[in-house]
Amino acid sequence: MTARTFGNRVGRIEDPPLLTGKGRFIDDIAWPDLAHAAFVRSPHGHACILGIDARVALALPGVFGVFTAEDFAPRLKIDRLIVGLPSSAYRQEVNRPVLAKDEVVHVGEPVAVVVAVNRYVAEDAAALVNVEYDILPAVADARAALAKNSPNVHRNAPHNLLAEFDIAYGDVTAAFANAPHVFRESLWQHRGGGHSIECRGCVARYDVNEERLTAWCSTQTPHTAMQLLSGMLGLDESQLRVITPDVGGGFGPKLIFYPEEVAVPLAAMLLGRPVKWIEDRREHFVASTQERDQFWDIEIAVDRDARILGVRGQLIHEHGAYTARGVNLPYESAQTVTLPYEVPAYALNVKLALTNKVPVTPVRGAGQPQGCFAMERLLDRVARELSLDRAEVRRRNLIQPEKMPYAKPLRSRGGMAVLLDSGDYPRCQQMVLDAIGWADFRTRQSTARARGRYIGVGLANFVKGTGRGPFEPVTVRIGPSGKIQIYSGATAMGQSTRTMLAQIVADQFGGAMDNIVVTAGDTAGTAMGIGGFNSRQAVMAGSSAHLAAVKLREKTIAIASKLLNAPVDQLDVDAGAVFVRAKPKTAIALGDIARAVAGVPGLALPGGIAPGLEASEAFVCDEMAYANGAGAAEVEVDPDTGAVSVLKFVIAHDCGRAINPMIVDGQIVGGVAHGIGNALFEWMGFDAECQPITATFADYLLIGSSETPDIGVLHLESPSPLNPLGVKGVGECGVMPAAPAIMSAIEDALSPFGVRIARTPILPPEILAAIHAAAGLEKTLAPTL
Amino acid sequence: MSEKRNIAVTINGKRYEESVEVRWTLADFMRQQLGLTGTHLGCEHGVCGACTILLDGRSARSCLMLAVQADGHEIMTVEGIAPSADKLHPLQEAFRDNHGLQCGFCTPGMLTTLIEFLRDNPDPTEQEVRIAISGNLCRCTGYQGIVAAALDAAQRLKVLKEAP
Repeated sequence: MTARTFGNRVGRIEDPPLLTGKGRFIDDIAWPDLAHAAFVRSPHGHACILGIDARVALALPGVFGVFTAEDFAPRLKIDRLIVGLPSSAYRQEVNRPVLAKDEVVHVGEPVAVVVAVNRYVAEDAAALVNVEYDILPAVADARAALAKNSPNVHRNAPHNLLAEFDIAYGDVTAAFANAPHVFRESLWQHRGGGHSIECRGCVARYDVNEERLTAWCSTQTPHTAMQLLSGMLGLDESQLRVITPDVGGGFGPKLIFYPEEVAVPLAAMLLGRPVKWIEDRREHFVASTQERDQFWDIEIAVDRDARILGVRGQLIHEHGAYTARGVNLPYESAQTVTLPYEVPAYALNVKLALTNKVPVTPVRGAGQPQGCFAMERLLDRVARELSLDRAEVRRRNLIQPEKMPYAKPLRSRGGMAVLLDSGDYPRCQQMVLDAIGWADFRTRQSTARARGRYIGVGLANFVKGTGRGPFEPVTVRIGPSGKIQIYSGATAMGQSTRTMLAQIVADQFGGAMDNIVVTAGDTAGTAMGIGGFNSRQAVMAGSSAHLAAVKLREKTIAIASKLLNAPVDQLDVDAGAVFVRAKPKTAIALGDIARAVAGVPGLALPGGIAPGLEASEAFVCDEMAYANGAGAAEVEVDPDTGAVSVLKFVIAHDCGRAINPMIVDGQIVGGVAHGIGNALFEWMGFDAECQPITATFADYLLIGSSETPDIGVLHLESPSPLNPLGVKGVGECGVMPAAPAIMSAIEDALSPFGVRIARTPILPPEILAAIHAAAGLEKTLAPTL
Repeated sequence: MSEKRNIAVTINGKRYEESVEVRWTLADFMRQQLGLTGTHLGCEHGVCGACTILLDGRSARSCLMLAVQADGHEIMTVEGIAPSADKLHPLQEAFRDNHGLQCGFCTPGMLTTLIEFLRDNPDPTEQEVRIAISGNLCRCTGYQGIVAAALDAAQRLKVLKEAP
């Protein structure tokens, strides 16, 4: 009997090597003649480069070369990383150079690269490269950056406005003009860095015999890296291969293409030896992209029954010093605000401000958590002002399941209509309320307060766009070895992508996972690929894998039918062979079937079958699959220290059909923990000169095991009609409700003090200050930096 | 800076006699000079715990130790946990069965830390496990699968110990 793998808690094919130290991460790649690179980086937020003197560094024994922008210039066909996603909103272009030439615009910007016999010597030499700077005024605050008298982030730029756009529908002016209640909030939201435990890295080798450059990059997007390298280095596709080895976590920053990923291959070509660069944690803090500050001024209009009439406001988004991705982050923030609710009118003006800090690009959630936070803070405010239960206010406004699919009068970044494809939002909310014990919490709370304990509950709803198109190709092939090979542009970075693809394909071949080999993230494996981000791979690559596997199964059985002389409808596949259902011993191995269509010179293929045993599919879908859910937190706040303990977190989640419930749970729990970190721990600080002040894990806190509560995951399965598997993305969803639910819970816990929270993260000193400041009066923790 | 010393260390039961630069960390020595790349570096300032190894049975950060300090000592790394090439240790099995790893980068340090912890505390509570791994950062799992795996491993090890 054949087993289903789709939908089951199948063990991961990734695990055995990772558990025994046999993984192959970027820093594990080595050859005897491998050289090591270290970067000379800007120590200033903003400065002119007056001169670079590398003579002393070059004289150090063990140094093979020192390269500056001037050294690279003759070899670069394009000298900037032109990576911005298209948009009509740009007001200026600020593309990154490979190495800074005459101006540095953030601390950590690469200025020169040193290559030496080992990293120790390379770092010694990097310290000996003498760069003369003339320091310029730095712009640290996104709001101040847009003021008329602000210094410029780039000295020759016209201003610091990178882009501006409006997202709007309905008659928002009328909605507010006639509203019985209008409430306004000013919010500061900060996300923090990606901080995969493995930092970035790049290894490059130019083979003079093959005239081919191979680059191993710890990247979520190897095909994009190859396209950019091709253009910048002037190599054609046959001369380039980019491979993503095992990746020790991505979380967004590794989807970006970086200057180091050009500099290292170029150094390898110029030196004629393989070169490795591994980012250290200090570099990750200053040179890997981050999500940082958003400043929201937003107001909500509601009727007497707390039904939403409109939402409007302004968002200032910090962009950093260069465009390393585009306007997508604040676009997604703005898009996300209204998604779970019936909001008849909406208008948000969005400005992207340049600052002298490392570029801002997606971190797990990519702008969407901020939109969710803004809306949920507004709804808590409505509940408080109208003396209604927070859950009841949401219940009155959530989109009802009978209205699905529900058209939002919004357009996606690519111009596609936003159609919420499926889901039961009120049901998800009720599931978390039941699980957290919302109905009888007031009793528990007053018992606790009588004992001097301040506990509170909070909740948040979210809808998350997932499965970003347009496609992700998959080829499934069986060779004479009998192994089923899967090749995909999908890229694994810890989210079980190989298992996901193997499960979907195994489902068509009897369920044997150990007969499957997955090649993901290798440009030599598949010509086209988009990569891993935006919770897209199970939706896009998963669907392609399914379609290709169904097609290949049909072909495999059709050939076997001729070879076994049995009708197609009497055949089945299991354990690496096709067999006759009624006579299982009449069987032929997959390898033998592959051999039969591999071709013998001069002989005809069996029965008019096309050559080879493979199928390729690229499922195309432009619409996003909207996952949804609700989160509820119970917290305890110590009013003497301001410390917040998250006692319990429950999330109800709807990602359509779950391919592997174990993996889905793991993704959600990991996402929630990331979101709790965003709410209570992670803050990337800079001083007024744009010097990072939290550049170690002692200063910048990642959530640890003892701060992470038990996270309860509840499931609802509303299959998406948009793809053949009925799936929606899951990787980023857990982040969404964490911060708003926790802020809501903290306010609830501290309601005797009247503390109001208008920011994320919130750290103990700020909570303590708020308690002291409140002193019976309503006070908001205003955005201050 | 390239002064070298001869050291002798036993790693996973195998003795190595090597000449090593005095400023090299134990982690770099094992990874680059000996090719034992199972031990990972996540922060190189002693916070993330990915590089944790057992030095004479006690957990230590191999990023904060010099290779020369390991002279004459016995080390166990992730490569030395499984009893044989085709068999996993009960802790590794528990990690696999409880989804205790996603990207797998922090896993070597989690495993070595828990080997020591479960040896010292064979019947821990959930809270004790959480404290035991509080010096090891994981960005993927939210720790839940790791905690479940540690508790499961404790049970598996107990059964093995009680078996005749």
